[in-house]
Amino acid sequence: MTTLTVLPDVAVVRRRSNLDMLTVVVATVCSALVVLAILGPFLTPYPPAQTDILAASQGPSAQHLLGTDALGRDILSRLLAGARLSFAGPGLIVAVSTTAGTAIAIWSAWHGGLLDKGMNRVLDVMFAVPGILVAVLAAAVFGSGFWAPVLALSIVYIPYVARVVRSAAVRERRLPYVEACQLAGMRPSRICSRHILRNVAPIALAQGTIAFASALMDFAAISFLGLGVQPPVSEWGLMVSDGRSELLDGAAQQSLAAGAMVVLTVVAFNVLGERVSRRIGGNR
Amino acid sequence: MTTEAESPHLLSVRDLGKTFRLPGGRDLVAVDAVSFDLNAGESLGIVGESGSGKTTTARIIAGLESATAGSIDFGGRTLGGSGRSRSSAREIQMVFQDPFGSLDPRQRIAAGIEELLGLHFRFSKSARRARVTELLEEVGLGAQHADELPRNLSGGQRQRVAIARALALEPELLILDEAVSALDVSVQAQILNLLIDIRERTEIAYLFVSHDLAVVRQVCERSIVMNHGRIVEAGATADILDRPTNAYTRQLVDAIPRPGWRPKRRLNAAG
Amino acid sequence: MTANDRSTGMPAEQASRQDLLLAIERLQVTLPPRRRGEARRTVIHDVSMQIAPGESLGVVGESGSGKSMTTRAVMRLLPQGASMTGRLDFDGQDVMGMSRRELSAYRGSQVGMIYQDPRAHTNPLRTLGDFLIEGVTLSGQMRRTEAEELACDLLRQVGVGDAGHRIRQYPHQLSGGLLQRVMIVMALMPSPRLVLADEPTTALDVTIQSEVMAILGEQIRERQCGLMFITHDLDLAAAVTDSLAVMYAGVVVETGPSDNLYSSPRHPYTAGLLASRPHSERVERPTAIPGRPLSAFEAGPGCVFASRCPFATQQCHEQRPALREVDGRNVACHRVEEFGADLTYQFKEAQ
Repeated sequence: MTTLTVLPDVAVVRRRSNLDMLTVVVATVCSALVVLAILGPFLTPYPPAQTDILAASQGPSAQHLLGTDALGRDILSRLLAGARLSFAGPGLIVAVSTTAGTAIAIWSAWHGGLLDKGMNRVLDVMFAVPGILVAVLAAAVFGSGFWAPVLALSIVYIPYVARVVRSAAVRERRLPYVEACQLAGMRPSRICSRHILRNVAPIALAQGTIAFASALMDFAAISFLGLGVQPPVSEWGLMVSDGRSELLDGAAQQSLAAGAMVVLTVVAFNVLGERVSRRIGGNR
Repeated sequence: MTTEAESPHLLSVRDLGKTFRLPGGRDLVAVDAVSFDLNAGESLGIVGESGSGKTTTARIIAGLESATAGSIDFGGRTLGGSGRSRSSAREIQMVFQDPFGSLDPRQRIAAGIEELLGLHFRFSKSARRARVTELLEEVGLGAQHADELPRNLSGGQRQRVAIARALALEPELLILDEAVSALDVSVQAQILNLLIDIRERTEIAYLFVSHDLAVVRQVCERSIVMNHGRIVEAGATADILDRPTNAYTRQLVDAIPRPGWRPKRRLNAAG
Repeated sequence: MTANDRSTGMPAEQASRQDLLLAIERLQVTLPPRRRGEARRTVIHDVSMQIAPGESLGVVGESGSGKSMTTRAVMRLLPQGASMTGRLDFDGQDVMGMSRRELSAYRGSQVGMIYQDPRAHTNPLRTLGDFLIEGVTLSGQMRRTEAEELACDLLRQVGVGDAGHRIRQYPHQLSGGLLQRVMIVMALMPSPRLVLADEPTTALDVTIQSEVMAILGEQIRERQCGLMFITHDLDLAAAVTDSLAVMYAGVVVETGPSDNLYSSPRHPYTAGLLASRPHSERVERPTAIPGRPLSAFEAGPGCVFASRCPFATQQCHEQRPALREVDGRNVACHRVEEFGADLTYQFKEAQ
């Protein structure tokens, strides 16, 4: 009697497990960040705009956990207060682009043929245009502030979602259940909104999550360049930019703290989105 | 498009043709001058191999594709003939081959049937629920399956659901496109028997598309054999199978494995 | 690794093992659990079958029966994390104990494989010629020119005209039936002693199926080569093989000479399969087996077929029957002696 075991590949086994540690960790981090963005302004230890010239550019201490900036404002308070704007921008961008992208994708996949081919090319071209450039242009034309970059990035991010959702919708469109729905006399609008949408929604959601990470970075970058929201409002990209002058004086805490929040958020949402889409792939 | 003249047949197909334009600019004739009649409550088999045009013919009749020539009369009405696609009629329903793709993966069984009922009939909520249970029972499924998602059902159970969904719309013609071909032998017999029983209980006519002559023999009184888009033989199923007159039909019948059967090699086959 | 609980005792026919081409004894295969915390999944409970040199064996089963997994075990091409126990001897040599080098020689020159979907097993970017000669030239069995000559010769034998032109074509230029003949040539190139054919005609039309089976049969007979023919189609298998093994839920339930087993099945499942097949010569309501085919890991402690068997007793549900010899064949059923000569009829009556 012989026993033979094909040695398990560690990666394969881990992928099979139901919920792995990393997914749990990033999901927790992401929800914590969202809660922070909503409740942040109420949790600040100091009013975020309160200056204290005598305590300017201090390192971390018991009074100021993350230190203070050049005007003596508490960095932790500014981070918490800034979270809302830092999330609201990309949140809006993703909400708009995911909704529009999914709608365009399903509509295009449903009609197929030349229209779908044309739409595919348009999305390809849009995809090739760097988002940050369009946002800078928009700010130049409409003036800096919150809305110009949000509007520009909302459009730029449409293909991020639409391309992936379109290919999923094309796959769905070819399944016989869609034809069975047609035969049952359902109108295309109903088939698209009730059946196809329901089946591509998880993919759209996963793609939206990943797009959120990129949008947050782009939005922060616009603020960093001074074309987004303006001081004295606090926002993470703005804080990184503000902190630049202090860097030379050896006080890096402001740029570091805000930069770290951006990186943490981007990484967490990216990993979460990737995990979610992988789970969808495995379930079907 | 309604002509009041009462047609003796439920379905009359005349000179049906379908030509696909291939990317290279060449034409592919998938269906060529196909004509046949189907009476109410009758069961007609369309037999053929891949590329014979049997599925395309069925899909044109269902309204999933448009014909490039010919006409289709259904219950006295002219359905879209050449050059015109039409919206499908509730009276013609179809069951597909693939039991895994023919149900919305995220819709529960009962919810799906209720949606169909809501589209065409005025039922109260409780009456609709009762009708769903009745339909599921009719295809041999219990109430415990009503709230399942398709992925929790076996291939045979899914095919039963697909049949129940088709029956929900009370069609006069049910097109079965290789409806039992993808199933395991032991399950295939169950679905086949279910289809035979439904015919005995109801007045539904079948258009039974299949490559499997033995299966067709059990379900259809009459059959047509298609090859390269054309009808090569038509008549009573028993006659076609026992005394084929066409060379291709004979080849088809000879290819069925059975006791004492020896696989045969055609000479200088082109493949 | 789960312990193998039925590892004791060897079947009696051990003496003749030396003469057999392939001997599988008490093969069990388990796969790693799908989810953490679950048990390993058994895909093959207990499979024993033999092939003598030049003999053809049909392995018949529905989905989940483990018939394909059996061929993969024979080739030792199991999925990652799989574990197999039992004995697997090829020509008296222990396949499970083979070193990497022995194994590649075994796979490369002793056993040929034909798959259900030839298109998935050919590289669309390489010519058929490259595909056909790669195996034998890489393993050093033949030179390129020699191999090309042999390939053309074999292609002609399987009825592919204009072989010299065909070997410069790509897979997409051939129809499914033609490509499957190329796969047969591929399997025969190294002059193997055993050919494994896994549903080779399932994707083909019946007229093409007849032709491909005729060609395969011809070639096997000419070469005195063993054949393991995997299929779901009992009629087809009975018509083209010497003996049959019927599998259900990872267990061989019946083995025996093909015509014998086909005309008078002894296991209720075999009888049920025959009864459920629609008759091509008369209108006769098929007798369905209730329920659906189970996978090996869903089977209870008793007979794997008990839940669908009209003859099942308490004992059948509790104790798994082993294969034992009845009337010149092996049947795994507690009640086999009680059944009459026409079990198919009895099965129909019992439903």
